[in-house]
Amino acid sequence: MTEPETAARDGVKIRLAGLHKRFGPKVVLDGLDLAVADGESVVVIGRSGTGKSVMLKHIIGLLRPDAGEVTIDGVAIGGLDNRELTGFRRRFGMAFQEGALFDSMSVFDNIAFPLRRQTGLGPGEIADRVRECLEMVHLEGVEKKAPSELSGGMRRRVGFARAIAHEPEILLFDEPTSGLDPVTTAAIDDVICGLLEGVRSTAVTITHDLTSAFRIADRIGMLHRGRIIAIAPPEEFRRLDDPRVQQFLEGRGEGPLSEDGGGNG
Amino acid sequence: MTVAERAAPASRGETGLAARLLAPVELFLTEMGRLVLLLGRTLAWTPRPPYDVRQFLIQTVRIGVQSVPVVLLTALFTGAVLALQSFATLRRFNAEGFVGSLVSLSMLRELGPVIGGLIVAGRCGSAMAAELGTMRVTEQIDALEVMATDPVHYLVVPRVWATTLSLPLLIALANAVGIAGGYLVSVVLMGANPVTYMDNTFQYLDLNDLGSGLVKAAVFGLLIAIIGCAKGFYTTGGAEGVGRSTTRAVVLASMAILISDFFLTKILF
Repeated sequence: MTEPETAARDGVKIRLAGLHKRFGPKVVLDGLDLAVADGESVVVIGRSGTGKSVMLKHIIGLLRPDAGEVTIDGVAIGGLDNRELTGFRRRFGMAFQEGALFDSMSVFDNIAFPLRRQTGLGPGEIADRVRECLEMVHLEGVEKKAPSELSGGMRRRVGFARAIAHEPEILLFDEPTSGLDPVTTAAIDDVICGLLEGVRSTAVTITHDLTSAFRIADRIGMLHRGRIIAIAPPEEFRRLDDPRVQQFLEGRGEGPLSEDGGGNG
Repeated sequence: MTVAERAAPASRGETGLAARLLAPVELFLTEMGRLVLLLGRTLAWTPRPPYDVRQFLIQTVRIGVQSVPVVLLTALFTGAVLALQSFATLRRFNAEGFVGSLVSLSMLRELGPVIGGLIVAGRCGSAMAAELGTMRVTEQIDALEVMATDPVHYLVVPRVWATTLSLPLLIALANAVGIAGGYLVSVVLMGANPVTYMDNTFQYLDLNDLGSGLVKAAVFGLLIAIIGCAKGFYTTGGAEGVGRSTTRAVVLASMAILISDFFLTKILF
């Protein structure tokens, strides 16, 4: 068991307990445990195909586990019906890997979408908030553009602005910085840090960008073969003597991680 | 792992002939189950606010209004060829006088709804599958769910109702144009008497002929939209998957139209 009991039991915001998930014959999550404290920023790293996205989708209830339980503030989300789950999701903001912007809407409408759907803000307030969110991700004057007119990095940042628009308690970031240039990456990292300090949101980020991970994490966890094999604060994490962690940190092609073809493919 | 792991070795052992024979059956039942579930969710979400009138109107324009030219053109030629064929056939019995009734009855009861339905299935069922499929593979549907918006409520409900309600209107127009096509062929090409032809066209029609045709059209509209949306909604496998869903949506919707047409005819007449 590497799941630490360091997080105070009462302060736990997100708890994943013994999650199992398989797609057909392929086991993706194999007894995953993770506890995230209120206001904490946890970054989960791991090779592609180790189930990082699947883990994130379990937290927000997009996927249901075959076994195990996801609890948010002590409420098991497996026990919620669809309508309760919809209400529950107002507390989340999620930024998707490729942005997942709605093609049929302008950038403005994309960011306004959660505000119109989930808050009682008037049109003026919505416009202000959209502008504010775009400023936070260093994008201005793109409100009227269609997502297809933006570059990949810009789309990602708009998706990011959309995720934070309604000031959620819990932020989930699916590879927020992969494929972005170092300057934008640093800017996005700053936004994440700023948010976490400001509103004390809890955040779970999955990434394989180590620079980014060390910058935004309170704790870093490593996912391998469907389990968290190590989790520790950044400085401690760097010193862990697990050969799998060291191989990942050093970016070596040979080592225990490569032997089994990346765990679950 | 508890249940799943214990079940796994057993099922692997049975992966023989029986499993392979049962696979298509399982696939068929899964598909049907999805359609029924999606229909159920659509109906359950329909009365719940917020009512997205704008989306409904956008879809109505796309499905109803923009299908008008192609459906009418098809209907015109269907009516025309119907007149041409029946003229040739009925002449053998000296019954050319009944071409008008034959064209109008066939259009209203059968050909209007079926041909119109097939055209809309090709035009709109495929578009729905492609659009929703793309939204699925680019995680836009997940994004909707995450933003506390039920994707069935937001995407499927307006499409289903727009198609179900606009198809009868479209078919009513198609019927009129089909009858006009028959008239043109009979009167202009075959030299039938215009007055007696028109008399004959409406003489044997009753309201039920029109009504049952429009009921059929509404059912076809529902089938096209549910199948198109379901295929898109459950798309997997990237761009290739979207292509597959689109093709299957058209094939399945066309089959559903022709098969349900038989049963509807049996019930309605």
